[in-house]
Amino acid sequence: MNPVKVLFFATLRHQAGVRSTEIEIPEGITVRQLKERLVERFPGLDWQVMDHCLASVNQEYCADEDIIPPGAEVAFFPPVSGG
Amino acid sequence: MELTREEILRYSRHLLIPEVGLNGQRKLKESSVLVIGTGGLGSPVSLYLAAAGVGRIGLVDYDVVDSTNLQRQVVHGTSTVGKLKVESARARLLDLNPMIQVDVYNVPFTSANALEIAAPYDVIVDGTDNFPTRYLSNDVAVFLGKPNVYGSIFRFDGQASVFYAQKGPCYRCLFPEPPPPGLVPTCAEGGVLGILPGTIGTIQATEALKLLLGIGDTLIGRLLLYNALDMSFDFVNLRKNPKCRVCGPEADIKELIDYEEFCGVPGHDHESGSAGADWDISAPELAARLQSANPPLLLDVREPHELQISWLPGALNIPLGMLAARLSELDSAREMVVLCKAGTRSARALELLVSAGFRRVKNLKGGINAWAREVDQNLPVY
Ligand SMILES: [Zn+2]
Repeated sequence: MNPVKVLFFATLRHQAGVRSTEIEIPEGITVRQLKERLVERFPGLDWQVMDHCLASVNQEYCADEDIIPPGAEVAFFPPVSGG
Repeated sequence: MELTREEILRYSRHLLIPEVGLNGQRKLKESSVLVIGTGGLGSPVSLYLAAAGVGRIGLVDYDVVDSTNLQRQVVHGTSTVGKLKVESARARLLDLNPMIQVDVYNVPFTSANALEIAAPYDVIVDGTDNFPTRYLSNDVAVFLGKPNVYGSIFRFDGQASVFYAQKGPCYRCLFPEPPPPGLVPTCAEGGVLGILPGTIGTIQATEALKLLLGIGDTLIGRLLLYNALDMSFDFVNLRKNPKCRVCGPEADIKELIDYEEFCGVPGHDHESGSAGADWDISAPELAARLQSANPPLLLDVREPHELQISWLPGALNIPLGMLAARLSELDSAREMVVLCKAGTRSARALELLVSAGFRRVKNLKGGINAWAREVDQNLPVY
């Protein structure tokens, strides 16, 4: 198993009810699969928001299909449009 | 372009910085920046760029100043409430610095006019408040080969970056698809800390100035994420998306598209507060129905703290975010009118209710604000 640290930003923080969490995931799973696991673990997370948010692994932008390396810090940022 | 004696005096604090100096100040005088939107972000951006001596500033906005703007849109003032935003801003900028030129475009920024408006400017600053116009200004910048200084805000969170497809990623590299309509609340629905656009807008102005002067490390390839409550600044390193449809090697979008259709929402009437004619009920109609023998149930989908501002007696409160989980509390056989502040969230709630099998549901068009204007003037509009 692969321990990762997850950080939530903006509205995701309210939905999850936490700023960060540690989660054990099988090695080789993608960012999208991690999103799915998080929505199961935090029922308040809106899947549509998670589906459209920006994700970073170790402060680098990542796409849904990217594999999460062991010990990574993964952050999720919802889109905002205000001006 | 030479500086006049007056300009040398005015900009003396810039002339003292080696990175700007006389040459840099001359460069600024020859430069031009297009600021799209004269709202929360456009206010500090245009004020500081004008003060800094950017020779020509273009302002695009089609709106009129109203009093709810003044909590954050500091380029306007109480004396310009009711006036065109571009005229209000131009007067303030020229008062701050009469040595610059301010061009105004009192029109919606659309696919029909965007390339023509943006072409004569060196840098584009995205200070818009909706997704369609953000995708539009991104694509305009990509097609014209100009940098697009991006900023975006909500409540306590802000984002900023410089999207410059020749040197790094564009907005679409990050967000290939817009979120579904209504998923991301606007500041008009969800609110925004008034100072937040000041923080993000001054960062955008800084980046625009650095691009014009060719100094420093800009936010090209980096996204800044700011949170005012934590006072945190986080950065994410960005990369060009090889599948980007406007700036990737196999880009298939070669000209401006219909951005309202692409995003599924109007870019220029984001507070229409309507769920469609068949689903709407007006405030006076609702008032009459509430007097009838079998009045509908009122379902208020606003956040609990908004009820302290205004509320309708007897309304059941289930915030939109909790509605899906609390549908079992509602009786689908009973006629129901859904309401929020201005009718946008309630329209989204209506979609959810209809897809869950509710049929006897209506949307209060224009929300409780319409009720306060048309039925009960004792209620405040917010
Ligand atoms: Zn791109």
